[in-house]
Amino acid sequence: MTLLWIALLPLLGVLVPALGASLRRRECSLATAALPALALLLTLAEVPALLDGETLRFAVDWIPALGLELAFRLDGLTLLFNLLILGIGLLILLYAHYYLAPEEPYGRFYAYLILFMASMVGIVMADNLLLLWLFWELTSLSSFLLIGFWSHRSDARKGARMALAVTGAGGLALLAGFLLIGDVVGSYNLDRVLTSGDAILADPRYPLILALVLLGAFAKSAQFPFQFWLPHAMAAPTPVSAYLHSATMVKAGIFLMARLHPALAGSELWTLVVSLVGMTTLLYGAWFALMKTDLKGILAFSTVSHLGLITVLLGIGSPMAVLAALFHILNHATFKAALFMGSGIIDHETGTRELARLGGLARVMPLTAVLTAIAGAAMAGVPLLNGFLSKEMLFTETLETPVLGGLSWLMPALATAGGVLSVAYSLRLVHAVFFKAPRQAPPKAPHDPPRMMSAPMALLTALCVLVGLFPSALAGGLLDLATRAVLLVPLEFHLAIWHGFNLPLAMSAVALVAGVGLYLLHAHLRRFLRGFRPVDARLVFEAAMQRSARHAERLLGHLDNASLQRYMGLLLLAALGLVALGLGQMPSLAGDQPQQPVDGVLLTGAALLIFSGLATAITHRHRLISLLMLSMVGLLVSLTFARFSAPDLALTQLSVEVVTIILLMLALFFLPQKTPRESSLPRSLRDAALASALGMTIASLNYAVLTRDISSISGFFLDNSVTGGGGHNVVNVILVDFRGFDTLGEITVLAIAGLAIFKLLNRLRLFMPHSDAEGRLWCPDRYPMILTTISQALLPLALLVSAFIFLRGHNLPGGGFIAGLITAVALILLLMARGVEWAQSRLDFQYQPVAIAGVGLAALTGLGSWLFGHPFLTSAFGHFHLPLVGDFELATALLFDLGVYLAVVGATLMILANLGKVTTAHRPVKDDHSADTATGKEKR
Amino acid sequence: MESLYAITTGVLSACGLYLMLRGRTFPVVVGLTLLSYAVNLFLFSMGGLTTHGAAIIDGDRHYADPLPQALVLTAIVIGFAMTAFAVILAMRARGDMGNDHVDGRTREDREEGRR
Repeated sequence: MTLLWIALLPLLGVLVPALGASLRRRECSLATAALPALALLLTLAEVPALLDGETLRFAVDWIPALGLELAFRLDGLTLLFNLLILGIGLLILLYAHYYLAPEEPYGRFYAYLILFMASMVGIVMADNLLLLWLFWELTSLSSFLLIGFWSHRSDARKGARMALAVTGAGGLALLAGFLLIGDVVGSYNLDRVLTSGDAILADPRYPLILALVLLGAFAKSAQFPFQFWLPHAMAAPTPVSAYLHSATMVKAGIFLMARLHPALAGSELWTLVVSLVGMTTLLYGAWFALMKTDLKGILAFSTVSHLGLITVLLGIGSPMAVLAALFHILNHATFKAALFMGSGIIDHETGTRELARLGGLARVMPLTAVLTAIAGAAMAGVPLLNGFLSKEMLFTETLETPVLGGLSWLMPALATAGGVLSVAYSLRLVHAVFFKAPRQAPPKAPHDPPRMMSAPMALLTALCVLVGLFPSALAGGLLDLATRAVLLVPLEFHLAIWHGFNLPLAMSAVALVAGVGLYLLHAHLRRFLRGFRPVDARLVFEAAMQRSARHAERLLGHLDNASLQRYMGLLLLAALGLVALGLGQMPSLAGDQPQQPVDGVLLTGAALLIFSGLATAITHRHRLISLLMLSMVGLLVSLTFARFSAPDLALTQLSVEVVTIILLMLALFFLPQKTPRESSLPRSLRDAALASALGMTIASLNYAVLTRDISSISGFFLDNSVTGGGGHNVVNVILVDFRGFDTLGEITVLAIAGLAIFKLLNRLRLFMPHSDAEGRLWCPDRYPMILTTISQALLPLALLVSAFIFLRGHNLPGGGFIAGLITAVALILLLMARGVEWAQSRLDFQYQPVAIAGVGLAALTGLGSWLFGHPFLTSAFGHFHLPLVGDFELATALLFDLGVYLAVVGATLMILANLGKVTTAHRPVKDDHSADTATGKEKR
Repeated sequence: MESLYAITTGVLSACGLYLMLRGRTFPVVVGLTLLSYAVNLFLFSMGGLTTHGAAIIDGDRHYADPLPQALVLTAIVIGFAMTAFAVILAMRARGDMGNDHVDGRTREDREEGRR
């Protein structure tokens, strides 16, 4: 449980500054620090258990079907990183408290920072590859927010975008790699993966897995050739650079390589690729660190270089190399974070980070100068400091590695060259800022910062010295735990400052002397190099981005030309292709069932249906005629249902048909009466061909199904309808009982459609045409008397019929849908006959509440079964006897059906009555009747 | 009988789809309605075509398949809601954009925009 809290506390901590933004800066900073500090204490509290050789685990299933579990672990490696992430994170928080300008939104900044911290903690604690990946992506996202924190600056936005693009793409590769690993191992559990190293190495997909995982790790840790994003990410506020780009995020890739070391390392491929990429990065970063003139640029490239160093060690992969890598992770985090803080202080105090404008600061900022000098010396690998120890170990390992075979002398030589460069740029950093006479005065008069702002830096620098002096005592235990976690077996080692006069020491000496020499010469070197045009990674990247955006736009322009006809055509073409493909694979179209005989009535019906369908399509320019033909199709469909033993369907279709045609006629009143001839003949023919082809496939499909024996699940419904649902009308019982949940969803959709239409009609101002297409005036007699009289007389009768249909619905054809439609039709008839205003003055109710009440009633009926301990929508029924009325049945399904009834009535009337209101007299009428433009823009 | 039924469904679908490929809103709505009729017929036939089947449970008789019927019943009502929404949307589009083309602009508009 403690593990869960360690992982969760920082995540919860995100909320603190987000909610506490109204607090004053001091309180906000303190409150923000509380939860991570607690997590740090909890981590430390687990150290005794770790020292006993345990690995702590916590796991609960999350999505078992995907192999994703919420699993955390705490072993030596996790401990090392947790200390870095939480410990340095807290120091950064303290530093940021002083660094940010008073007017900057510190709450937001802290929230991003803690989010990042939480996701880093998640990465190092995850005990499941998928979970690890989740947090991995979260670090990419939160670092995007942090790098782009000063979003008003273009370089910050571009740097953030570049970092996100590179690390995000790497993350996708990583996911693919993880999925492959999961496929090989059969689990995403880290323990299983780490102990399956042999299986993974033996798998033919191993090179692919390795490539994908390394892509992710290299992109994150800015290894060559992905090193270009890191310097541009320096547009971030300095606390972010110090945290993300020295201690944590860029170490995530390193962490991953260390974590998966037992599973993936151990092949020649690993050694070769990882150590060579690391070496290239080491030299590349070191070289550019020497050439840069921006303080943070120097630090950025030196970070790239040191990450390369750690990568080399992980690539070499021997136990001692792993130890050296872990040691250097620790050392680099301390001295580099200190240096970044120092550069932030200088920037803060002088207003510039350009070396040209800095110099001689040692006199005005003595404390900062001393601290930077010590941390810089640690970076250079000066003896008695921590950087020296791990660099010495690197030299030893490069001497022993068999990589490159006969050329293996190249590794120590290159490592020494890296050491030379690192001494040179460290020296330059310290000397140029603090001791050399400045060429230009800085923008602000500098002095040492507030004591608390230097405190984190001082603490880290002190650690550099102490670890350098007493490595065994201070770092030995931690490294022992961490190496055990990476190598899975304990490693005997002794950290010592003095190993006697040997080759590594000589290499260090060479590096120191040659480094000083190189620094003295580097001004000449820079002058010489000025002849070459530098390649700006940002320009290259931006050009690539813009190119791909342009291509995407062009492609989109081709695909998405805002033409519904084209989309529809493509969609239908795709459907045609898929269905035709399926049909083509069938051995024969006709199945084994014999056809039923055809009689004259059927033939006539089919002929009429085909005729009216074709007529609807052919006459579509004359919209009214087309609509009449459509109504004929609807009526014939209703007869078809009746013919094939579906009385419920026939009734529903009939009543829906009435409502639909009334609706379409009303709508047509406001739309042009004729369709202009727009499509060219070829186009019409093409559409007709496409439609016919689809029609033929649909017919074939239908025929294929109809001539085959279908085993249906309907037997269940037929058997259980009376006993289980208490109704003899199986269709109705299915609707209100067996599949009641579907029906509930359906009436909800109906009500939503009604509400949407209500909103669409709201404030719609369409000019009412004053004459028809031929110029004949519309009949001035708005409310014909015969219709008025009959509809009024019919209303009670129609309502009675609908009540009857409703009540008998459970046992005989009928039910809520049909009854609701009949009621709606009766009311609509009245509305048409007497006008909306007349009806409204008498039927004084709103339709929206009716529809909503219907849905609510149905839902409540369903919920009611919970009271009796049954699942949602369980129905109950019983038979009752009343004198005079006789035996009758009551079922909760009836209540549900009442909900359906109300929803149907409400929604239908909402649609039609609101549409009817558009025709009321007080709306504007346009005089001229040039039919096709008889529209008006809404007047507001 | 089965082939006749299938041909009818196919013709109705083809007519509906042809109308849905037109450029003005009203024919598209009519096509949508026509297509939903055809689809309902298609779905309905998935239970087989039963003549003189019983709809109501009453002893041991020859029943029509109730499941496609229940499915199609809801489909009819939903189809109505969809048609209604589409046609009102068409009205609103005409009111706001001044024409009844499905893209909200006629070919002349588009060519004018290009110039």
